[in-house]
Amino acid sequence: MNFDFSEEQYLLRDQARKFLDDRSTPAVVRAVLEDDEKPYDAELWQEMAELGWIGAIVPEEYGGAGMTGEDLCVIAEELGRSLAPTPFSSSVYMATEALLLAGSDAQKGDHLPAMAAGERIGCFAVSEGVGVANADSIKMRASDGAVDGTKIPVADGDIADFAVVLARAGSDLSLYLVDLTGEGVSRKSVETVDPSRSHAEITFEKAAAEPLGAAGEGWEITQAVFDRAAILMAFEQVGGAQACLDMATEYAKNRFAFGRPIGSFQAIKHKLANIYIDVELARANAYYGAWALAADAPDLSTAAAAARVAASEAYNHAARENIQTHGGMGFTWEFDCHLYYRRAKLLSLALGGERRWKDRLISQLETRNFTGEE
Amino acid sequence: MDFNDTPEEAEFRAEARAWLAANAEPKAPGKVYKYRRGEPELIPAAREWERKKFEGGFSGIALPKEYGGRGGTRLQQIIFAEEETNYLIPPPIFSISHGMAVPTMLTYATEEQKQRFVPATLRGDEIWCQLFSEPAGGSDLAGLRTRSVREGDEWVINGQKIWTSGAHYADMAILVTRSDPDAPKHKGLTYFFLDMKSPGIEIRPIKQVSGFSNFNEVFMTDLRIPDSQRLGDVGQGWQVAITTLMNERVSSGVRPAPDFEDIFQLTKDLELEDGPAIADTAVREKLADWYIKAQGVKLIRARLVTALSRGERPGPENSISKLVSSFRRQEIAHFGMDLMDMAGGMMDPDKMPSRALYQQALLDAPGGRIAAGSDEILRNIISERVLGLPPDIRVDKELPFNQLPTGSE
Ligand SMILES: Cc1cc2nc3c(=O)[nH]c(=O)nc-3n(C[C@H](O)[C@H](O)[C@H](O)COP(=O)(O)OP(=O)(O)OC[C@H]3O[C@@H](n4cnc5c(N)ncnc54)[C@H](O)[C@@H]3O)c2cc1C
Repeated sequence: MNFDFSEEQYLLRDQARKFLDDRSTPAVVRAVLEDDEKPYDAELWQEMAELGWIGAIVPEEYGGAGMTGEDLCVIAEELGRSLAPTPFSSSVYMATEALLLAGSDAQKGDHLPAMAAGERIGCFAVSEGVGVANADSIKMRASDGAVDGTKIPVADGDIADFAVVLARAGSDLSLYLVDLTGEGVSRKSVETVDPSRSHAEITFEKAAAEPLGAAGEGWEITQAVFDRAAILMAFEQVGGAQACLDMATEYAKNRFAFGRPIGSFQAIKHKLANIYIDVELARANAYYGAWALAADAPDLSTAAAAARVAASEAYNHAARENIQTHGGMGFTWEFDCHLYYRRAKLLSLALGGERRWKDRLISQLETRNFTGEE
Repeated sequence: MDFNDTPEEAEFRAEARAWLAANAEPKAPGKVYKYRRGEPELIPAAREWERKKFEGGFSGIALPKEYGGRGGTRLQQIIFAEEETNYLIPPPIFSISHGMAVPTMLTYATEEQKQRFVPATLRGDEIWCQLFSEPAGGSDLAGLRTRSVREGDEWVINGQKIWTSGAHYADMAILVTRSDPDAPKHKGLTYFFLDMKSPGIEIRPIKQVSGFSNFNEVFMTDLRIPDSQRLGDVGQGWQVAITTLMNERVSSGVRPAPDFEDIFQLTKDLELEDGPAIADTAVREKLADWYIKAQGVKLIRARLVTALSRGERPGPENSISKLVSSFRRQEIAHFGMDLMDMAGGMMDPDKMPSRALYQQALLDAPGGRIAAGSDEILRNIISERVLGLPPDIRVDKELPFNQLPTGSE
């Protein structure tokens, strides 16, 4: 039993924290949030590529850093803490994972080196509008090497070079790679509650599409990608939640009311203790997920769902009560509380909401027998 | 990171499993141990179980051999506790003995006393109780008033304790008293151990919500304790009490049911309007919340194990676990009963799922949120010791004890 990151991983974390403290400051996040013409911080993205983060889990033969899933979790936590305004989750947790899981050698060779270098951005397009996106609901059509239909919202769809698209050919639900700069693709930005992350509506009209993975396995591969992304995103969420707790604790120590720090009132102390507990429970579940991810453990799906549910709850809770702890200040545009509040909600929807993941968690557990072994 | 056992851990786990399989009945869905807390048959059965473990080399796993322990590690102790949860074993009658009395004796008693008491306790021969809380000293333990006055080589004790679990069957006790009422409250305390059969002790059971009487009032009238049974210096009782409280079992093998596994099974077994309860969305959401908490607590213990195996001190893990688990138990009890609908309130074990486990837990769970650090006290501990928030403003720290304000309750 060793429930902790290694010394090298702690070094990686320190390095990431130092870099992001310097380069992904609230001012950098706000620049993206407040400027409609700036969908992400391109310089930060390039520097992250140079650090080897974007190609972290890409094998060395494809120009990546060949790190483990656990290493990437360490980086993800820091990205979440610093709210880094980049397409990291779309390109790394989703598009890269999809190529690694289902891509042919040619597809990997085509995309991964450029992606690892930060020169090409990928995204993953599933949702087709309000309501649950699942194997039954997808309407997007695929035929004769082309796709037709609309995906909305697609995280980073406006800046990505290509998309992994879930579409239906006859009765088969499959994944396709689509060049977003090619013919038949039109896209426009859509605003979300968190404009520090960009999103798009993408309409495909006979856009050239190349199958990714076996025909008919689109939903299974999507689930596998979502499981892995859920664990990585859980680390972002834990990082963000911890940042909220740190902010609120610091403020509570220094803001005085009724002649004493507000952090000496139990209503505030206990509120912060409750956040701490939620963050620790989420962290524990996420750590287990990191291990399951790197070890490709048989209970990966259970671990992913547990990590996602715990992290979504913890981050939303922490972000909400961080504003409350700051009083009127917390409700202003100037204070940073709302940056986390926005991101917390967005992340908890990105791979499907809490209801969906709770359902998935219980479905996974139903396949196990609780009296003893799995 | 590695959640698999190391070869040594795996070897010990296999040994523990084999021994448990040969000596205890495995848990099964809906099955509970034959005696509940409060049933008199439980005490001899619990003693018998301790003796078996002692003879099998699984009592005092992390304690030195010279005191009857196994001479193993705390990690092994936790592994055994983990394995024990898969079996039907007695509720933790010995948790005060092992988790509080033994570590305190090992820290403060004389060599002769250690030899006399520690092995006997590990063998199940001696059960200890904890004479700490008083009507005027619960969360605020240092508000206690039981007086100790020195007379030559003896101390004379007068006063009243309350909520003393197991006083009615305990053989021995640990006791905190006030030896100097003129000193500030934390500075005038002195700590002892004693034989519960000593003259001058009167035990009156208290009937609790569940109807059982697991705890008691204990009156001490001119009770005499030899000075040789003092633990720590005169006036140092608070420090000794802290040692006792810090040593609460790193992990007890027994989590009071019902927990996630129980309610999960119940929702599979019970039918609602549209099929099994587990198919209902509202039910699934609740189950998911409890799973991540139960799993989180389990994993936080794994982190504790990692820290211990590196020789680090335990952090706030126990406070988190206790707070989260005792609240969850109460919620699960309520929810399980809701699922049983109009019949949910019935107590007859022969008519109810899991022999009325949920109904009993409803009436027992409130105590779990008060005993051994209430929810509020634990949140204070977390916010002050972990987050570094200011302590509550206090008016009682510097004044002499006998000048402190007291309420009417
Ligand atoms: C089942 C059970 C078994 C027990 N067994 C033993 C035993 O074997 N030996 C023993 O010595 N004691 C035992 N106790 C006593 C237990 O330690 C006390 O009940 C506990 O410490 C609370 O003290 P109290 O009952 O005096 O409540 P109080 O301290 O009066 O608390 C009442 C309420 O006020 C809150 N409160 C108190 N102080 C604060 C504060 N500073 N901030 C915020 N809220 C506060 C509490 O959280 C609680 O909600 C047992 C109790 C129970 C329920």
